[in-house]
Amino acid sequence: MNQTHRLSGGQIDRDRVLNFTFDGQAYKGHAGDTLASALLANGVRLMGRSFKYHRPRGVISSGSEEPNALVELRTGARQEPNTRATVAELYDGLTAQSQNRWPSLAFDALGVNDLFSNFLTAGFYYKTFMWPRAFWEKFYEPIIRRAAGLGSLSMEADPDAYDKGFQHCDLLIIGAGPAGLAAALTAGRNGARVVLADEDFTFGGRLNAEVEEIDGKPARLWAADTVAELKALPNVRLMRRTTVLGAFDHGIYAALERNADHLAVPEADMPRQTLWRIYARQSLLCAGATERMIAFQNNDRPGVMMAGAMRAYANRWAVTAGRQVAVFTNTDSGHRTARDLAALGVEVVGVIDSRPSATALGDYPIFAGAQVIDAKGKLGLTGVTLRRSDGRTQTLACQALGVSGGWNPNVSLTCHQRGRLVWNDQIASFVPGGTLPQGMRSAGAAAGHFSTAQALQSGIEMALAALDSLGLKTTPLPCPRAEDGAYEVTPLWYVPEGKGRKWLDFQNDVTVKDVKLAHQEGFRSVEHLKRYTTLGMATDQGKTSNLGGLAVMAEATGQSIAETGTTIFRPPYTPVALGTLAGRAAGKGFKPTRLTPSHHWAVEQGAVFVEAGLWLRAQYFPRKSETHWRQSVDREALAVRKSVGVCDVTTLGKVDVQGADAAAFLNLVYANGFAKLPVGKCRYGLMLREDGIVMDDGTAARLAEDHFVVTTTTANAGPVYRHMEFVRQCLAPEMDVQLISTTEAWAQFAVAGPNARAVLTRIVDPEHDLSNAAFPFMACGEITVCGGLRARLFRISFSGELAYEIAVPSRYGEALIREIMAAGEAFDITPYGTEALGVLRVEKGHATANELNGQTSADHLGMGRMVSDKKEAIGAVLSRREGLNDPAGLRLMGFEALDGSTTLPAGGHLFATSAPQQGVSEGWLTSVAYSPHLGKSIALGFLERGQARLGEVVTIANPLQGQSLTARVVSPHFIDPEGERLRG
Amino acid sequence: MIIPHPLLGPRDAQEFTYLGDAGLINRPYWLSEDAARAFHDYLYLRDNPAGQHRELWFHEQGDRSWLVVTRDTTSHEILSVELARDVALARRSVA
Repeated sequence: MNQTHRLSGGQIDRDRVLNFTFDGQAYKGHAGDTLASALLANGVRLMGRSFKYHRPRGVISSGSEEPNALVELRTGARQEPNTRATVAELYDGLTAQSQNRWPSLAFDALGVNDLFSNFLTAGFYYKTFMWPRAFWEKFYEPIIRRAAGLGSLSMEADPDAYDKGFQHCDLLIIGAGPAGLAAALTAGRNGARVVLADEDFTFGGRLNAEVEEIDGKPARLWAADTVAELKALPNVRLMRRTTVLGAFDHGIYAALERNADHLAVPEADMPRQTLWRIYARQSLLCAGATERMIAFQNNDRPGVMMAGAMRAYANRWAVTAGRQVAVFTNTDSGHRTARDLAALGVEVVGVIDSRPSATALGDYPIFAGAQVIDAKGKLGLTGVTLRRSDGRTQTLACQALGVSGGWNPNVSLTCHQRGRLVWNDQIASFVPGGTLPQGMRSAGAAAGHFSTAQALQSGIEMALAALDSLGLKTTPLPCPRAEDGAYEVTPLWYVPEGKGRKWLDFQNDVTVKDVKLAHQEGFRSVEHLKRYTTLGMATDQGKTSNLGGLAVMAEATGQSIAETGTTIFRPPYTPVALGTLAGRAAGKGFKPTRLTPSHHWAVEQGAVFVEAGLWLRAQYFPRKSETHWRQSVDREALAVRKSVGVCDVTTLGKVDVQGADAAAFLNLVYANGFAKLPVGKCRYGLMLREDGIVMDDGTAARLAEDHFVVTTTTANAGPVYRHMEFVRQCLAPEMDVQLISTTEAWAQFAVAGPNARAVLTRIVDPEHDLSNAAFPFMACGEITVCGGLRARLFRISFSGELAYEIAVPSRYGEALIREIMAAGEAFDITPYGTEALGVLRVEKGHATANELNGQTSADHLGMGRMVSDKKEAIGAVLSRREGLNDPAGLRLMGFEALDGSTTLPAGGHLFATSAPQQGVSEGWLTSVAYSPHLGKSIALGFLERGQARLGEVVTIANPLQGQSLTARVVSPHFIDPEGERLRG
Repeated sequence: MIIPHPLLGPRDAQEFTYLGDAGLINRPYWLSEDAARAFHDYLYLRDNPAGQHRELWFHEQGDRSWLVVTRDTTSHEILSVELARDVALARRSVA
């Protein structure tokens, strides 16, 4: 098909022909086209089906406010639903599909909804799908879900990259029409750092769509010259294809730049879109205005569009939607459309102006004081019927109708910080109110100044005001000469005549009747109206429809529109792809992966890894003969107790505490005493929250009088450090103490088992005596290893065996694990992972995150006596509350299966064997393990009055798996309760 | 939001972690006669004003300062920012 509806002129590059398809049909367009303009050029008016009634719809606007022409753009993984054809730039090879229709756009089976429209009025879903309740999930929801929603997803992963960017400027100018360009020139020439953002791919705004002059040259050339000058200014950044989405606190703005949406595929290393965070000291809203519809019978026929859009298509894109066009208007704006299209050779069959005093602006028939009462043509407009001022009806044959009900300033961003709008009678619309976001002003049509001269003037003035407020020196700019016609509008929100549907919100299919029904049923507040009828709740946020709906409601309630008020505008100004909000934080980029110093070595050993927070830790090290993880874990755990094992424990948090008051500080932070800990010794520390609940535990090693190293659990490294800084700065400001996190600075390995000392003796430099007498249990010290490398050695044990933790600077961690493995070869040293670590600690009854779950007190853990009452400590006072020390309360206990074949379930609930397994249980299992040493399943758990129930057999209810088991209550110290091994 | 850090100048609020009412600086004396009651009130009874609020923010992705930020909770206007340590020290010198 040829471009049958192309006119002469326009700002398209006729030398560059672009091929594209819509619903499989091949078409041609030109560089500079949008998908909408190119479709119109090919005589395509039908572009979509409406959401609810599946009404055939055509494009009504030429900008981002478009409610109808939503398509699925591209195919495969890049397919994107709900793309507005009006802002989709044409590129060679573009493919688009219409949405919300089956089997085809011209014949849509669900168009049957339209026949039942009397039943599908406002609130239909609320009224109909109420009963029976059993139908909600199984019956109603699947049906509604299938019928609802526009477009479809490819269900493939998005192959494109999305970036985030940050910018700072003195003045952010939002919109590059006449006001924005004049403001940018003023601020730019005066040396301010300016960002000028516009959602279009060409700067100039309406200047590109109008036939008028500025300073004696065509307005669009003035715009192009101005942009050229701005480009040369180093202090001005021009951002086209960039929509400012939201205004946030303290001059922070979100902006979406479409870097590659105008290309078939982004260039290599190019993000598809960038989400900018712009820090603007001042901002100026020059976002222009959106034309509004006049509702009349069947005003949604494909071919009915905004008069301003019809003019833009003609002047900018050299396109007309029909050979014969009509205009329906209540302002002079509609007459400009008729004048311009007539000048381009289009037959203007009539301008229907509701104002009796209207006069023509050119050579075309005018029907003053008339109204359009109906539109014909289901799949495309064939004609309009009007009621003339003399009372007669007349039908005009036409394929396109331009409607102008007046213009609404684009004030959305002024309301993002709860700003309220003010009604302006002269333009019959809302303008920005007194409280704008910090540092924001408005100019041009966005401020209600509708002539080009006013726009230029207000842009200059507001830019100067913004610069003045920053204390920048300014020289004013002479205001260019431009059109300065007065704007006059006689509000006409809908045509009363006719019983058919008169459409307000095209995207959500809300009619004048729906608004009246909402009023009749008591949904009169604008917020209720919105939610009941869904007016303005579609992805276009009612840019073309809200005011019309409010006007109908105002009429019904007898209030003014100002009294009726508006709903609240919220970000984003236009829809944003979720991928853009995610940026690079998708997939593996969502969170960093932290690798332990021995990671690459562990990979060589064939380790299986597990995520522990951000860390990847070796879970176990399977050998070739092992087919089940339990075989590996049992072997590792047995090896530690029999000979020696090694485990990377770098992930434990480490905080370096230094200063004359370091001991006093730890004495305050930990519930147990630290003041008297000698140099060269470690101590277990129990840290409470101020409410008496256990926060964390770890060890503190005193390396010098004024120097401690404390450890935290892996999960709590960040929160504990934050808490310690809070105590230091806010509660103990007079103490001489400094903290720093050294978690990443030191690689640390546990070497555990009866042969641990023998292994370490081969690594630690000989001047350091590791004998039990010289370096006993809980000793610590700074040593050297492998011939002079500085290291720290702690004789602490999580496994209950003779054990050490040895730390070296992180970069030596991988070398050290290899040295340890070599030194341990004679003892068959076994690397063990987090699973075996867990088995060993459950066997010893040590609490970890499962037990320190934010609900347990020291008493619950059997460590109540550790909380000193002889000193001040965080959490000590409230830990003595009765409720936390109830003798009948929970107590950490051990549990063992009665035979070797039972596996205890973690999370299983505990009941006395005689009690029914229902209601509130007496406790639960927190951690379970198979103990290869005991040959059976064991567990830790909390049990009411646990200490008095040793030996009792309790029931473990696991209703999720239909299990009911029994276990014996025992001491949580399954292995070596006297602790002889770790002291050996 | 942008928080004007007393040492580092204006910083994005994303760099901070929020804790809550700055009254947490005023920790009761542990040996006072009504210590249990005082700690209960200190921990659980806090104002939640619509308007000016003194609150604690931690510059976790910055210099690790705890700050006392006086903020209007209805407008997010920030009226003053102090180092929490300075506030705590001033309290000591008064007491």
